Amino acid sequence: MALDQLYQEILLDHYKQPRNKGVLDDANVRLELKNPFCGDEILLTLRVADGFVEDVAFAGSGCVISQASASVMTEKIKGMRVAQVREMAEQFSELVKTGHAEAVSAQEDDDLEAFRGVCEFPTRVKCAMLAWRTLLQGLEHHEHAHPHPVASNPSGAQK
Amino acid sequence: MLTDLRKEFPLFSAAANRDLVYLDSAATAQRPQRVITAMNDFYAQDNANPHRGAYRLAERATQHYEAARAKVAAFIHAAAAEEIIFTRNATEAVNFIAYGWADHHVQPGEVILVTELEHHSNLVPWQMLAQRRGAILKYIEFDDQGHLRLDQMEERLRERPRLLALTQVSNALGTINPVAEIIARAHEAGVVVVVDGAQSVPHMRVDVQSMQADFFVFSGHKMLGPLGIGVLYANQRHHAGLQPVLYGGDMISSVDYHHSDWNDMPWKMEAGTQHVAGAVGLAAAIDFLGEIGMEAVAEHDHTLTRHALEQLQKLDRIILYGPRENHAAVISFNIGAIHPHDLATFLDQRGIAIRSGHHCAQLVMRKLGVAATARASFYLYNTLEDVDRLIDGLNAAKEYFGKWL
Ligand SMILES: Cc1ncc(COP(=O)(O)O)c(C=O)c1O
Repeated sequence: MALDQLYQEILLDHYKQPRNKGVLDDANVRLELKNPFCGDEILLTLRVADGFVEDVAFAGSGCVISQASASVMTEKIKGMRVAQVREMAEQFSELVKTGHAEAVSAQEDDDLEAFRGVCEFPTRVKCAMLAWRTLLQGLEHHEHAHPHPVASNPSGAQK
Repeated sequence: MLTDLRKEFPLFSAAANRDLVYLDSAATAQRPQRVITAMNDFYAQDNANPHRGAYRLAERATQHYEAARAKVAAFIHAAAAEEIIFTRNATEAVNFIAYGWADHHVQPGEVILVTELEHHSNLVPWQMLAQRRGAILKYIEFDDQGHLRLDQMEERLRERPRLLALTQVSNALGTINPVAEIIARAHEAGVVVVVDGAQSVPHMRVDVQSMQADFFVFSGHKMLGPLGIGVLYANQRHHAGLQPVLYGGDMISSVDYHHSDWNDMPWKMEAGTQHVAGAVGLAAAIDFLGEIGMEAVAEHDHTLTRHALEQLQKLDRIILYGPRENHAAVISFNIGAIHPHDLATFLDQRGIAIRSGHHCAQLVMRKLGVAATARASFYLYNTLEDVDRLIDGLNAAKEYFGKWL
Protein backbone atom coordinates (compact mmCIF):
# COMPACT_ATOMS: atom_id res chain seq x y z
CA MET A 1 0.00 0.00 0.00
CA ALA A 2 1.24 3.46 -0.95
CA LEU A 3 0.66 4.64 2.60
CA ASP A 4 3.24 2.23 3.94
CA GLN A 5 5.71 3.67 1.44
CA LEU A 6 5.13 7.02 3.07
CA TYR A 7 4.90 6.01 6.71
CA GLN A 8 8.00 3.83 6.88
CA GLU A 9 9.32 2.32 10.08
CA ILE A 10 12.27 4.68 10.13
CA LEU A 11 9.98 7.71 10.01
CA LEU A 12 7.72 6.36 12.69
CA ASP A 13 10.71 5.61 14.87
CA HIS A 14 12.02 9.16 14.53
CA TYR A 15 8.56 10.57 15.11
CA LYS A 16 8.10 8.58 18.31
CA GLN A 17 11.61 9.24 19.55
CA PRO A 18 12.86 12.41 17.98
CA ARG A 19 16.63 12.90 18.11
CA ASN A 20 18.15 16.22 19.11
CA LYS A 21 14.87 17.65 20.28
CA GLY A 22 15.20 20.84 22.23
CA VAL A 23 16.85 24.23 22.05
CA LEU A 24 20.63 24.82 22.19
CA ASP A 25 21.64 27.35 24.81
CA ASP A 26 24.85 28.28 23.04
CA ALA A 27 23.48 28.44 19.50
CA ASN A 28 24.81 31.01 17.07
CA VAL A 29 22.20 30.20 14.43
CA ARG A 30 18.56 30.34 15.39
CA LEU A 31 15.59 30.35 13.04
CA GLU A 32 11.89 29.73 13.30
CA LEU A 33 9.81 28.85 10.24
CA LYS A 34 6.18 28.05 9.68
CA ASN A 35 4.66 25.72 7.18
CA PRO A 36 2.15 28.16 5.66
CA PHE A 37 0.04 25.23 4.54
CA CYS A 38 -0.75 23.92 8.01
CA GLY A 39 0.70 26.31 10.57
CA ASP A 40 3.23 23.82 11.90
CA GLU A 41 6.27 25.52 13.35
CA ILE A 42 9.86 24.55 13.76
CA LEU A 43 12.57 26.25 15.76
CA LEU A 44 16.05 25.24 14.72
CA THR A 45 19.14 26.11 16.75
CA LEU A 46 22.70 25.37 15.61
CA ARG A 47 26.21 26.02 16.72
CA VAL A 48 28.36 26.62 13.68
CA ALA A 49 32.13 27.07 13.98
CA ASP A 50 34.99 26.92 11.48
CA GLY A 51 32.64 25.90 8.70
CA PHE A 52 31.28 22.93 10.64
CA VAL A 53 27.92 22.29 12.27
CA GLU A 54 29.08 21.47 15.77
CA ASP A 55 25.69 20.94 17.29
CA VAL A 56 22.04 21.22 16.32
CA ALA A 57 18.59 20.85 17.88
CA PHE A 58 15.00 21.32 16.79
CA ALA A 59 11.83 22.20 18.62
CA GLY A 60 8.20 22.49 17.61
CA SER A 61 5.42 20.14 16.72
CA GLY A 62 3.99 18.84 13.51
CA CYS A 63 2.98 15.87 11.44
CA VAL A 64 4.91 12.62 11.18
CA ILE A 65 6.65 13.72 8.00
CA SER A 66 7.86 17.09 9.24
CA GLN A 67 8.96 15.82 12.64
CA ALA A 68 10.74 12.73 11.32
CA SER A 69 12.44 14.80 8.65
CA ALA A 70 13.70 17.27 11.25
CA SER A 71 14.93 14.50 13.49
CA VAL A 72 16.79 12.66 10.71
CA MET A 73 18.24 15.93 9.49
CA THR A 74 19.74 16.85 12.83
CA GLU A 75 21.36 13.43 13.09
CA LYS A 76 22.85 13.69 9.63
CA ILE A 77 24.26 17.17 9.81
CA LYS A 78 25.80 17.12 13.24
CA GLY A 79 29.53 17.39 12.71
CA MET A 80 29.17 18.00 8.99
CA ARG A 81 30.83 20.72 6.92
CA VAL A 82 28.42 23.52 6.06
CA ALA A 83 29.15 23.08 2.36
CA GLN A 84 28.28 19.42 2.62
CA VAL A 85 25.11 20.23 4.51
CA ARG A 86 23.99 22.34 1.57
CA GLU A 87 24.63 19.50 -0.84
CA MET A 88 22.68 17.11 1.29
CA ALA A 89 19.76 19.52 1.44
CA GLU A 90 19.78 19.68 -2.38
CA GLN A 91 19.77 15.91 -2.63
CA PHE A 92 17.03 15.53 -0.08
CA SER A 93 14.90 18.07 -1.87
CA GLU A 94 15.38 16.20 -5.14
CA LEU A 95 14.54 12.92 -3.47
CA VAL A 96 11.24 14.00 -1.96
CA LYS A 97 10.17 15.91 -5.05
CA THR A 98 11.12 13.44 -7.75
CA GLY A 99 11.87 10.18 -6.00
CA HIS A 100 15.33 10.19 -7.61
CA ALA A 101 18.56 11.32 -6.10
CA GLU A 102 21.62 9.52 -7.36
CA ALA A 103 23.80 10.70 -4.53
CA VAL A 104 21.44 9.46 -1.85
CA SER A 105 21.14 6.05 -3.49
CA ALA A 106 24.89 5.80 -3.97
CA GLN A 107 25.45 6.36 -0.28
CA GLU A 108 22.87 3.72 0.62
CA ASP A 109 21.63 6.03 3.30
CA ASP A 110 18.57 4.25 4.64
CA ASP A 111 17.44 7.15 6.79
CA LEU A 112 17.25 9.50 3.83
CA GLU A 113 15.98 6.80 1.47
CA ALA A 114 13.03 6.34 3.80
CA PHE A 115 11.65 9.65 2.57
CA ARG A 116 11.47 8.56 -1.06
CA GLY A 117 7.77 7.74 -0.62
CA VAL A 118 6.97 11.42 -0.07
CA CYS A 119 7.24 12.03 -3.83
CA GLU A 120 3.98 10.15 -4.31
CA PHE A 121 2.28 12.70 -2.07
CA PRO A 122 3.01 16.12 -3.55
CA THR A 123 1.02 17.93 -0.85
CA ARG A 124 3.42 16.55 1.73
CA VAL A 125 6.67 17.70 0.14
CA LYS A 126 6.42 20.95 2.10
CA CYS A 127 6.20 18.96 5.33
CA ALA A 128 9.35 17.01 4.49
CA MET A 129 11.22 20.15 3.46
CA LEU A 130 10.27 22.40 6.38
CA ALA A 131 13.30 21.56 8.55
CA TRP A 132 15.69 21.69 5.61
CA ARG A 133 14.36 25.02 4.39
CA THR A 134 14.75 26.39 7.88
CA LEU A 135 18.28 25.06 8.00
CA LEU A 136 19.30 26.62 4.69
CA GLN A 137 17.83 29.98 5.61
CA GLY A 138 19.48 29.87 9.01
CA LEU A 139 22.86 29.13 7.47
CA GLU A 140 22.40 31.93 4.98
CA HIS A 141 21.61 34.44 7.72
CA HIS A 142 24.62 33.23 9.62
CA GLU A 143 26.89 33.71 6.64
CA HIS A 144 25.63 37.21 6.05
CA ALA A 145 26.32 38.03 9.66
CA HIS A 146 29.72 36.28 9.78
CA PRO A 147 31.25 36.29 6.30
CA HIS A 148 34.27 34.03 5.97
CA PRO A 149 37.58 35.72 5.34
CA VAL A 150 38.08 35.52 1.58
CA ALA A 151 41.17 33.36 1.95
CA SER A 152 39.39 30.54 3.72
CA ASN A 153 36.96 30.13 0.87
CA PRO A 154 38.90 30.85 -2.29
CA SER A 155 36.39 29.42 -4.72
CA GLY A 156 33.44 31.13 -3.13
CA ALA A 157 31.33 28.61 -5.01
CA GLN A 158 29.77 27.12 -1.94
CA LYS A 159 28.40 30.41 -0.85
CA MET B 1 -33.11 14.95 2.63
CA LEU B 2 -32.17 15.85 -0.91
CA THR B 3 -31.36 12.85 -3.07
CA ASP B 4 -29.88 12.17 -6.46
CA LEU B 5 -28.17 15.53 -6.75
CA ARG B 6 -24.73 14.02 -7.22
CA LYS B 7 -25.46 13.21 -10.85
CA GLU B 8 -26.00 16.89 -11.61
CA PHE B 9 -22.33 17.48 -10.83
CA PRO B 10 -20.11 16.20 -13.63
CA LEU B 11 -17.01 16.19 -11.46
CA PHE B 12 -18.35 13.21 -9.56
CA SER B 13 -18.77 11.18 -12.75
CA ALA B 14 -15.25 11.87 -14.00
CA ALA B 15 -13.27 8.63 -14.03
CA ALA B 16 -10.79 9.88 -11.43
CA ASN B 17 -13.56 10.85 -8.99
CA ARG B 18 -16.07 8.00 -9.15
CA ASP B 19 -15.38 6.99 -5.60
CA LEU B 20 -14.74 10.45 -4.22
CA VAL B 21 -16.25 11.54 -0.94
CA TYR B 22 -15.82 15.28 -1.15
CA LEU B 23 -15.91 16.86 2.29
CA ASP B 24 -14.27 20.20 1.58
CA SER B 25 -17.10 22.32 0.23
CA ALA B 26 -16.33 25.00 2.80
CA ALA B 27 -13.15 25.61 0.79
CA THR B 28 -14.88 25.48 -2.57
CA ALA B 29 -18.00 23.73 -3.77
CA GLN B 30 -18.41 21.72 -6.96
CA ARG B 31 -20.47 23.07 -9.86
CA PRO B 32 -23.57 21.56 -11.40
CA GLN B 33 -23.58 21.05 -15.18
CA ARG B 34 -26.04 23.94 -15.44
CA VAL B 35 -23.49 26.41 -14.24
CA ILE B 36 -20.84 25.13 -16.61
CA THR B 37 -23.30 25.13 -19.51
CA ALA B 38 -24.47 28.65 -18.77
CA MET B 39 -20.89 29.90 -18.91
CA ASN B 40 -20.14 27.94 -22.07
CA ASP B 41 -23.29 29.26 -23.72
CA PHE B 42 -22.33 32.79 -22.85
CA TYR B 43 -18.93 32.40 -24.47
CA ALA B 44 -20.35 30.46 -27.43
CA GLN B 45 -23.31 32.71 -28.17
CA ASP B 46 -23.30 36.04 -26.39
CA ASN B 47 -19.71 37.03 -25.67
CA ALA B 48 -18.91 40.73 -26.08
CA ASN B 49 -17.70 43.53 -23.86
CA PRO B 50 -20.71 44.73 -21.91
CA HIS B 51 -21.63 48.41 -21.61
CA ARG B 52 -19.42 49.26 -24.59
CA GLY B 53 -20.83 48.22 -27.94
CA ALA B 54 -23.73 49.72 -29.85
CA TYR B 55 -24.42 46.42 -31.58
CA ARG B 56 -26.92 43.80 -30.52
CA LEU B 57 -24.33 41.24 -29.43
CA ALA B 58 -22.87 43.68 -26.91
CA GLU B 59 -26.36 44.50 -25.77
CA ARG B 60 -26.99 40.81 -25.07
CA ALA B 61 -23.75 40.57 -23.07
CA THR B 62 -24.78 43.65 -21.07
CA GLN B 63 -28.19 42.16 -20.43
CA HIS B 64 -26.66 38.92 -19.17
CA TYR B 65 -24.37 40.80 -16.82
CA GLU B 66 -27.01 43.12 -15.41
CA ALA B 67 -29.56 40.31 -15.15
CA ALA B 68 -27.03 38.40 -13.06
CA ARG B 69 -26.70 41.43 -10.79
CA ALA B 70 -30.46 41.61 -10.35
CA LYS B 71 -30.56 37.91 -9.60
CA VAL B 72 -27.91 38.23 -6.90
CA ALA B 73 -29.79 41.18 -5.42
CA ALA B 74 -33.02 39.17 -5.23
CA PHE B 75 -31.20 36.15 -3.79
CA ILE B 76 -29.95 38.03 -0.74
CA HIS B 77 -32.99 40.34 -0.76
CA ALA B 78 -31.12 43.56 -1.43
CA ALA B 79 -33.36 46.58 -1.95
CA ALA B 80 -31.88 47.34 -5.38
CA ALA B 81 -29.56 45.80 -7.97
CA GLU B 82 -27.32 48.88 -7.64
CA GLU B 83 -26.34 47.62 -4.19
CA ILE B 84 -24.56 44.65 -5.78
CA ILE B 85 -20.94 45.12 -6.84
CA PHE B 86 -19.22 42.23 -8.56
CA THR B 87 -15.73 41.42 -7.29
CA ARG B 88 -13.38 38.48 -7.70
CA ASN B 89 -14.23 36.94 -4.35
CA ALA B 90 -15.16 37.70 -0.75
CA THR B 91 -11.59 38.72 0.00
CA GLU B 92 -11.53 41.39 -2.68
CA ALA B 93 -14.93 42.61 -1.50
CA VAL B 94 -13.62 43.13 2.06
CA ASN B 95 -10.63 45.01 0.68
CA PHE B 96 -12.96 47.23 -1.35
CA ILE B 97 -14.77 48.19 1.86
CA ALA B 98 -11.49 48.86 3.63
CA TYR B 99 -9.99 51.00 0.87
CA GLY B 100 -13.22 52.40 -0.58
CA TRP B 101 -15.11 53.24 2.56
CA ALA B 102 -13.10 52.80 5.76
CA ASP B 103 -10.04 54.70 4.52
CA HIS B 104 -12.30 57.73 4.09
CA HIS B 105 -14.28 57.38 7.31
CA VAL B 106 -12.11 55.90 10.05
CA GLN B 107 -10.24 58.54 12.01
CA PRO B 108 -6.96 58.10 13.86
CA GLY B 109 -7.53 56.74 17.35
CA GLU B 110 -10.92 55.26 16.52
CA VAL B 111 -11.66 51.65 17.35
CA ILE B 112 -12.22 48.96 14.71
CA LEU B 113 -13.91 45.89 16.09
CA VAL B 114 -13.43 42.38 14.72
CA THR B 115 -13.91 38.94 16.20
CA GLU B 116 -11.46 36.15 16.97
CA LEU B 117 -13.49 33.89 14.69
CA GLU B 118 -12.58 35.69 11.51
CA HIS B 119 -11.10 34.16 8.40
CA HIS B 120 -7.89 35.99 7.49
CA SER B 121 -9.86 37.59 4.66
CA ASN B 122 -11.97 39.54 7.12
CA LEU B 123 -9.10 40.22 9.49
CA VAL B 124 -5.89 41.15 7.71
CA PRO B 125 -7.56 43.96 5.67
CA TRP B 126 -8.65 45.49 9.00
CA GLN B 127 -5.20 45.12 10.53
CA MET B 128 -3.81 46.98 7.56
CA LEU B 129 -6.52 49.61 7.72
CA ALA B 130 -5.76 50.17 11.39
CA GLN B 131 -2.09 50.69 10.45
CA ARG B 132 -2.91 53.07 7.61
CA ARG B 133 -5.38 55.13 9.61
CA GLY B 134 -3.81 54.91 13.04
CA ALA B 135 -6.96 53.20 14.29
CA ILE B 136 -7.08 50.67 17.12
CA LEU B 137 -8.04 47.10 16.33
CA LYS B 138 -9.97 45.35 19.09
CA TYR B 139 -11.43 41.89 19.34
CA ILE B 140 -14.57 40.16 20.49
CA GLU B 141 -13.50 36.77 21.83
CA PHE B 142 -15.32 33.47 21.58
CA ASP B 143 -16.07 31.10 24.46
CA ASP B 144 -15.22 27.41 24.80
CA GLN B 145 -18.16 26.47 22.58
CA GLY B 146 -17.11 28.85 19.84
CA HIS B 147 -19.84 31.41 20.57
CA LEU B 148 -19.00 35.08 20.50
CA ARG B 149 -18.95 36.67 23.92
CA LEU B 150 -21.82 39.07 23.51
CA ASP B 151 -21.21 40.52 26.98
CA GLN B 152 -17.77 41.54 25.81
CA MET B 153 -19.27 42.96 22.64
CA GLU B 154 -21.48 45.23 24.77
CA GLU B 155 -18.40 46.50 26.56
CA ARG B 156 -16.59 47.11 23.31
CA LEU B 157 -19.57 48.91 21.81
CA ARG B 158 -19.35 51.40 24.64
CA GLU B 159 -15.96 52.39 23.28
CA ARG B 160 -17.80 53.79 20.22
CA PRO B 161 -16.03 51.81 17.53
CA ARG B 162 -16.38 53.11 13.99
CA LEU B 163 -16.81 49.71 12.42
CA LEU B 164 -17.55 46.10 13.32
CA ALA B 165 -16.51 43.32 10.94
CA LEU B 166 -17.74 39.82 11.66
CA THR B 167 -18.55 36.57 9.98
CA GLN B 168 -22.04 35.14 9.86
CA VAL B 169 -20.75 31.56 9.96
CA SER B 170 -17.28 30.50 11.11
CA ASN B 171 -15.41 28.38 8.57
CA ALA B 172 -13.18 27.00 11.33
CA LEU B 173 -15.68 26.14 14.07
CA GLY B 174 -19.10 26.03 12.44
CA THR B 175 -20.45 28.74 14.75
CA ILE B 176 -23.52 30.56 13.45
CA ASN B 177 -23.48 34.10 14.78
CA PRO B 178 -26.74 35.92 15.54
CA VAL B 179 -25.87 38.69 13.10
CA ALA B 180 -29.28 40.41 13.06
CA GLU B 181 -29.17 40.85 16.84
CA ILE B 182 -25.57 41.94 16.77
CA ILE B 183 -26.17 44.47 14.01
CA ALA B 184 -29.17 45.89 15.86
CA ARG B 185 -27.01 46.45 18.95
CA ALA B 186 -24.15 47.85 16.88
CA HIS B 187 -26.45 50.28 15.08
CA GLU B 188 -27.79 51.54 18.39
CA ALA B 189 -24.19 52.41 19.18
CA GLY B 190 -23.75 54.04 15.78
CA VAL B 191 -21.39 51.37 14.45
CA VAL B 192 -21.20 50.41 10.77
CA VAL B 193 -21.26 46.63 10.30
CA VAL B 194 -19.51 44.48 7.69
CA VAL B 195 -20.75 40.90 7.48
CA ASP B 196 -18.73 38.09 5.92
CA GLY B 197 -21.29 35.79 4.33
CA ALA B 198 -18.82 33.46 2.58
CA GLN B 199 -20.01 30.47 4.64
CA SER B 200 -23.62 31.48 5.14
CA VAL B 201 -24.95 32.39 1.69
CA PRO B 202 -24.29 28.90 0.27
CA HIS B 203 -26.20 27.20 3.08
CA MET B 204 -29.08 29.32 4.35
CA ARG B 205 -31.52 31.98 3.30
CA VAL B 206 -29.88 35.35 3.75
CA ASP B 207 -31.79 38.60 3.89
CA VAL B 208 -29.52 41.63 4.03
CA GLN B 209 -32.45 43.97 4.62
CA SER B 210 -33.89 42.19 7.59
CA MET B 211 -30.42 41.73 9.10
CA GLN B 212 -29.69 45.41 8.27
CA ALA B 213 -26.12 44.83 7.16
CA ASP B 214 -24.24 47.90 6.01
CA PHE B 215 -21.89 45.81 3.90
CA PHE B 216 -22.07 42.10 3.13
CA VAL B 217 -19.60 39.97 1.16
CA PHE B 218 -19.50 36.47 -0.29
CA SER B 219 -17.85 34.29 -2.96
CA GLY B 220 -19.55 32.57 -5.89
CA HIS B 221 -17.33 29.51 -5.78
CA LYS B 222 -18.55 28.31 -2.40
CA MET B 223 -22.19 28.35 -3.57
CA LEU B 224 -21.90 26.22 -6.75
CA GLY B 225 -20.85 29.19 -8.86
CA PRO B 226 -17.61 29.68 -10.76
CA LEU B 227 -14.23 30.59 -9.36
CA GLY B 228 -13.31 34.25 -9.74
CA ILE B 229 -16.64 35.93 -9.09
CA GLY B 230 -17.65 37.40 -5.75
CA VAL B 231 -20.08 39.94 -4.40
CA LEU B 232 -19.94 43.10 -2.36
CA TYR B 233 -23.33 44.25 -1.15
CA ALA B 234 -23.24 47.91 -0.13
CA ASN B 235 -26.37 49.35 1.38
CA GLN B 236 -27.55 52.45 -0.50
CA ARG B 237 -27.02 54.67 2.51
CA HIS B 238 -23.27 54.18 2.02
CA HIS B 239 -23.16 54.77 -1.72
CA ALA B 240 -22.14 58.42 -1.48
CA GLY B 241 -19.40 57.52 1.00
CA LEU B 242 -18.00 54.61 -0.98
CA GLN B 243 -15.10 55.69 -3.19
CA PRO B 244 -13.59 53.81 -6.13
CA VAL B 245 -10.66 51.57 -5.29
CA LEU B 246 -9.53 50.75 -8.82
CA TYR B 247 -9.45 53.36 -11.56
CA GLY B 248 -9.72 52.98 -15.30
CA GLY B 249 -12.23 52.07 -17.94
CA ASP B 250 -15.96 51.77 -17.31
CA MET B 251 -15.84 53.29 -13.85
CA ILE B 252 -15.85 56.87 -15.13
CA SER B 253 -18.57 59.15 -16.43
CA SER B 254 -16.16 61.60 -18.03
CA VAL B 255 -12.41 62.06 -18.29
CA ASP B 256 -10.54 65.31 -18.79
CA TYR B 257 -6.81 66.01 -18.89
CA HIS B 258 -6.42 66.44 -15.16
CA HIS B 259 -9.71 65.39 -13.74
CA SER B 260 -12.27 62.63 -14.06
CA ASP B 261 -15.76 62.04 -12.79
CA TRP B 262 -17.03 58.70 -11.62
CA ASN B 263 -19.79 56.60 -12.99
CA ASP B 264 -22.80 55.82 -10.77
CA MET B 265 -22.95 52.95 -8.33
CA PRO B 266 -22.24 50.11 -8.73
CA TRP B 267 -20.24 50.69 -11.90
CA LYS B 268 -17.86 53.15 -10.31
CA MET B 269 -16.56 50.22 -8.25
CA GLU B 270 -16.12 47.94 -11.26
CA ALA B 271 -13.09 49.18 -13.18
CA GLY B 272 -12.09 47.40 -16.36
CA THR B 273 -13.71 44.54 -18.21
CA GLN B 274 -15.50 42.35 -15.73
CA HIS B 275 -15.87 38.57 -15.38
CA VAL B 276 -19.20 38.45 -17.22
CA ALA B 277 -19.15 34.68 -17.70
CA GLY B 278 -18.54 34.38 -13.95
CA ALA B 279 -21.59 36.53 -13.20
CA VAL B 280 -23.62 34.42 -15.65
CA GLY B 281 -22.42 31.23 -13.94
CA LEU B 282 -23.26 32.65 -10.54
CA ALA B 283 -26.77 33.49 -11.75
CA ALA B 284 -27.17 29.89 -12.94
CA ALA B 285 -26.01 28.65 -9.52
CA ILE B 286 -28.60 30.89 -7.87
CA ASP B 287 -31.30 29.45 -10.15
CA PHE B 288 -30.17 25.95 -9.21
CA LEU B 289 -30.25 26.72 -5.48
CA GLY B 290 -33.53 28.59 -5.87
CA GLU B 291 -35.26 25.64 -7.48
CA ILE B 292 -34.18 23.35 -4.67
CA GLY B 293 -34.98 26.01 -2.11
CA MET B 294 -32.59 27.31 0.52
CA GLU B 295 -34.76 25.89 3.28
CA ALA B 296 -34.34 22.42 1.76
CA VAL B 297 -30.59 22.98 1.38
CA ALA B 298 -30.33 24.06 5.01
CA GLU B 299 -32.37 21.08 6.15
CA HIS B 300 -30.19 18.69 4.16
CA ASP B 301 -26.97 20.17 5.55
CA HIS B 302 -28.42 20.05 9.02
CA THR B 303 -29.31 16.36 8.76
CA LEU B 304 -25.80 15.51 7.59
CA THR B 305 -24.20 17.62 10.28
CA ARG B 306 -26.31 16.13 13.04
CA HIS B 307 -25.54 12.61 11.87
CA ALA B 308 -21.84 13.39 11.61
CA LEU B 309 -21.68 14.96 15.06
CA GLU B 310 -23.49 11.99 16.59
CA GLN B 311 -21.14 9.50 14.98
CA LEU B 312 -17.99 11.52 15.65
CA GLN B 313 -18.86 11.85 19.32
CA LYS B 314 -18.76 8.08 19.64
CA LEU B 315 -15.15 7.86 18.49
CA ASP B 316 -12.61 7.23 21.16
CA ARG B 317 -10.17 10.14 21.70
CA ILE B 318 -12.06 12.52 19.44
CA ILE B 319 -11.82 16.22 20.17
CA LEU B 320 -14.66 18.20 18.60
CA TYR B 321 -14.30 21.96 18.36
CA GLY B 322 -17.09 24.49 18.12
CA PRO B 323 -20.67 24.65 19.31
CA ARG B 324 -22.51 21.55 20.44
CA GLU B 325 -25.79 22.78 19.01
CA ASN B 326 -26.88 24.86 16.06
CA HIS B 327 -23.74 23.83 14.21
CA ALA B 328 -23.13 24.82 10.58
CA ALA B 329 -22.18 22.13 8.06
CA VAL B 330 -18.48 22.40 8.83
CA ILE B 331 -16.94 20.36 11.64
CA SER B 332 -13.43 20.79 13.05
CA PHE B 333 -11.88 17.97 15.03
CA ASN B 334 -8.77 16.11 16.03
CA ILE B 335 -8.28 12.47 16.97
CA GLY B 336 -5.81 11.69 19.70
CA ALA B 337 -2.29 12.62 18.69
CA ILE B 338 -2.78 11.97 14.97
CA HIS B 339 -1.73 15.10 13.15
CA PRO B 340 -4.54 16.34 10.87
CA HIS B 341 -2.15 16.28 7.93
CA ASP B 342 -1.42 12.63 8.42
CA LEU B 343 -5.12 12.00 8.87
CA ALA B 344 -5.98 13.79 5.63
CA THR B 345 -3.34 11.84 3.70
CA PHE B 346 -4.67 8.59 5.14
CA LEU B 347 -8.30 9.40 4.29
CA ASP B 348 -7.32 10.55 0.81
CA GLN B 349 -6.06 7.04 0.13
CA ARG B 350 -9.63 5.90 0.72
CA GLY B 351 -11.07 8.56 -1.59
CA ILE B 352 -12.16 10.87 1.21
CA ALA B 353 -11.19 14.52 0.83
CA ILE B 354 -11.10 16.49 4.06
CA ARG B 355 -9.25 19.64 4.94
CA SER B 356 -6.39 19.82 7.39
CA GLY B 357 -4.60 22.88 8.62
CA HIS B 358 -5.43 26.24 10.14
CA HIS B 359 -8.26 27.01 7.70
CA CYS B 360 -7.04 30.60 7.32
CA ALA B 361 -8.14 31.22 10.88
CA GLN B 362 -4.93 31.24 12.87
CA LEU B 363 -6.46 33.23 15.72
CA VAL B 364 -8.98 30.44 16.20
CA MET B 365 -6.20 27.82 16.21
CA ARG B 366 -4.19 29.88 18.69
CA LYS B 367 -7.18 30.10 21.00
CA LEU B 368 -7.80 26.36 20.74
CA GLY B 369 -4.13 25.79 21.47
CA VAL B 370 -3.51 23.72 18.34
CA ALA B 371 -1.55 24.33 15.16
CA ALA B 372 -4.15 22.65 13.01
CA THR B 373 -7.41 20.73 12.95
CA ALA B 374 -9.04 18.29 10.58
CA ARG B 375 -12.21 19.67 9.01
CA ALA B 376 -15.10 18.01 7.23
CA SER B 377 -17.73 20.14 5.53
CA PHE B 378 -20.91 19.14 3.76
CA TYR B 379 -23.11 20.41 0.99
CA LEU B 380 -26.19 19.41 -0.94
CA TYR B 381 -24.50 16.64 -2.95
CA ASN B 382 -23.21 14.84 0.15
CA THR B 383 -25.08 11.88 1.58
CA LEU B 384 -25.38 10.07 4.89
CA GLU B 385 -23.27 7.38 3.26
CA ASP B 386 -20.48 9.93 2.77
CA VAL B 387 -20.58 10.64 6.49
CA ASP B 388 -20.45 6.93 7.26
CA ARG B 389 -17.46 6.48 5.00
CA LEU B 390 -15.74 9.30 6.86
CA ILE B 391 -16.41 7.57 10.17
CA ASP B 392 -15.15 4.23 8.82
CA GLY B 393 -12.07 6.00 7.52
CA LEU B 394 -11.43 7.61 10.88
CA ASN B 395 -11.72 4.26 12.61
CA ALA B 396 -9.26 2.77 10.15
CA ALA B 397 -6.90 5.71 10.67
CA LYS B 398 -6.99 5.16 14.41
CA GLU B 399 -6.04 1.57 13.84
CA TYR B 400 -3.27 2.42 11.38
CA PHE B 401 -1.66 5.17 13.41
CA GLY B 402 -2.80 3.81 16.76
CA LYS B 403 0.05 1.34 17.04
CA TRP B 404 2.56 4.06 17.57
CA LEU B 405 0.71 7.24 18.41
C1 LIG C 1 -15.58 32.73 6.42
C2 LIG C 1 -14.80 33.00 5.17
N1 LIG C 1 -14.57 34.27 4.81
C3 LIG C 1 -13.88 34.56 3.70
C4 LIG C 1 -13.39 33.58 2.88
C5 LIG C 1 -12.58 33.99 1.69
O1 LIG C 1 -13.17 33.59 0.51
P1 LIG C 1 -12.38 33.80 -0.84
O2 LIG C 1 -11.11 33.06 -0.70
O3 LIG C 1 -13.27 33.23 -1.88
O4 LIG C 1 -12.18 35.26 -1.00
C6 LIG C 1 -13.61 32.26 3.21
C7 LIG C 1 -13.08 31.19 2.35
O5 LIG C 1 -12.34 30.32 2.70
C8 LIG C 1 -14.33 31.96 4.38
O6 LIG C 1 -14.55 30.69 4.75
